[in-house]
Amino acid sequence: MNELNQNSIIIDDTEYQTRLTKKFLSRKKYVPKSKSQIVAFIPGTIRAVTVKNGQRIKKGDSLLILEAMKMKNEIKAEFDATVKNVLVKENQLVAKNELLIELTL
Amino acid sequence: MSLKQRILEFFKLKSKVTEGGGQQAIQKQMAMGKMTARQRINELLDTGSFHEYDLFVEHKAEDFGMNKKFLAGDGVITGTGSILGFPVCIYAQDFTVAGGSLGIAHARKITKIMDHALRLGLPLIGINDSGGARIQEGVNSLAGYGEIFFRNTRASGVIPQISVILGPCAGGAVYSPALTDFVFVVDKISKMFITGPEVIKTVLGEEISMEDLGGAKVQAEISGNAHFYAESEKECFEQIKKLVTFIPWNNQKKADKFPPKSPRSNLLIDQIMPKDATQPYDIRDIIRALCDDSDFLEIQEHWAQNIVVGFVRMNGETVGVVGNQPLVLAGVLDVDSSDKAARFIRFCDAFNIPLLTLVDLPGYLPGVDQEHAGVIRHGAKILYAYSEASVLKITIILRKAYGGGYIAMCSRHLGADFVFAWPTAEIAVMGPEGAANIIFKNEIANAQNPDEVRKEKVQEYTQKFANPYRAAANGYIDAVINPEETRDYIIHSMYLSQNKVDELPKKKHGIPPF
Repeated sequence: MNELNQNSIIIDDTEYQTRLTKKFLSRKKYVPKSKSQIVAFIPGTIRAVTVKNGQRIKKGDSLLILEAMKMKNEIKAEFDATVKNVLVKENQLVAKNELLIELTL
Repeated sequence: MSLKQRILEFFKLKSKVTEGGGQQAIQKQMAMGKMTARQRINELLDTGSFHEYDLFVEHKAEDFGMNKKFLAGDGVITGTGSILGFPVCIYAQDFTVAGGSLGIAHARKITKIMDHALRLGLPLIGINDSGGARIQEGVNSLAGYGEIFFRNTRASGVIPQISVILGPCAGGAVYSPALTDFVFVVDKISKMFITGPEVIKTVLGEEISMEDLGGAKVQAEISGNAHFYAESEKECFEQIKKLVTFIPWNNQKKADKFPPKSPRSNLLIDQIMPKDATQPYDIRDIIRALCDDSDFLEIQEHWAQNIVVGFVRMNGETVGVVGNQPLVLAGVLDVDSSDKAARFIRFCDAFNIPLLTLVDLPGYLPGVDQEHAGVIRHGAKILYAYSEASVLKITIILRKAYGGGYIAMCSRHLGADFVFAWPTAEIAVMGPEGAANIIFKNEIANAQNPDEVRKEKVQEYTQKFANPYRAAANGYIDAVINPEETRDYIIHSMYLSQNKVDELPKKKHGIPPF
């Protein structure tokens, strides 16, 4: 069932001949979180976008409404910034961790 | 009315109910490649052993036209019987009756047979094939689920509980199997999920088929929710029958003893083991070389394959085996393999099944994904399960036993009763390469020829530590043994331990790192 690929793995500087699992091979590379990228913390629907490209925003300003599991979540700015790029529209479905808005610090 | 007339009348009433949802619904069920609930019970139990209860139970729902609906047996068949002579309690949801939907009468039939199983100390088998809650019954349907979950939990560790998923088992319903000990799935028939493809599509806009979301393969291979995977219902029933022979009726008993058999002679340990310690081999070959008739019933064969768990017999007695699998991911411990082993260890401990641990691992799997997935708390489960287990614990160290992995794999320090090591065992904090690079870091870096010095130092470390004798000198292992003697040592240890007493401190219950 599992398609295992013949390969090897290095643990404590020793290379072991072994098979690697699909899960192991499809691990996502770690990317540090960027403060300037607003991503969806939960999958849902964008109900409103309250900022435009180029707009100056202050800490606590509303950026958008993300509705998920029958709850409307207001996403607010965590610091003063400029909106660089709004990537979503009203009524758009978004996946978890999807990039919604890019800010410039 | 004469007795004969009364009996004929009873037969008539009975045959009306035993027909379930009627011919049309039965045809539909068969067209899906599924047996009916009654066929399944007959196929699984010994011929003629099924005794049915609560055949004439009817629902009392009134709303949404339910008062006009007759639902045969309220969509579930319950009773008792035997499998290869082992007594069991059983229920099977009948998809031909209102889609096997669960109303309160349906649920109460199930809870009644569960209470029966618990009171009599008998294994419980539940065959799930249900569309879910009977919406017309509202909160009563939810009450029914809750009462089942409550009993699954209360019976956990007292009687073995087996769930067989032979159709949909979705939403809250799927928590009953999740609370039981063994979950059986069949390709293309089993469907398990909390939220189905429709909901996922509405909420997320993602399209996925039922099969890809929660089919048998997914549950057996990716999620680890299922323990046994079969291609057909018939094969599934054969797997259940085999499992039942390995486990006791309840936690007060030991599993039945069978006539002892020798391992098959074509499996020779020295031919299975590679010469180079970095080369893989299949730990299941070693297990088969050691156990009666080379017969190994593997559990969760397709998930977290870097650890192998399952049942064998040694001299006729059931033993639970846990072995690192060098063939897959070098046999490392990680999140999934720790979960898999810990759960199996706890089953064995609850049901008086001795544990045999075969050790050959380079340690824990390094990686950001592992750390972020909580390898600390998941890895801790294996330590907890072994330390808590009071059944006989025998550990054999075959090759590598490095670092935290050495401790975790039922070392002497976690209360192993017997620890034996092969001459090929390497019991150390880490492998020679890694150790030399740390201990002799400066000497290697400052050397004129670093590679040569590194080689020397690796050699030095290998001679000092990459063997079983340091651990033996400290009494951490009981004996270094010739691999050929392994079976003899295991059987002798079992013979010595029939009256083992190991009491845990008095407590309500421990708090395992769930």
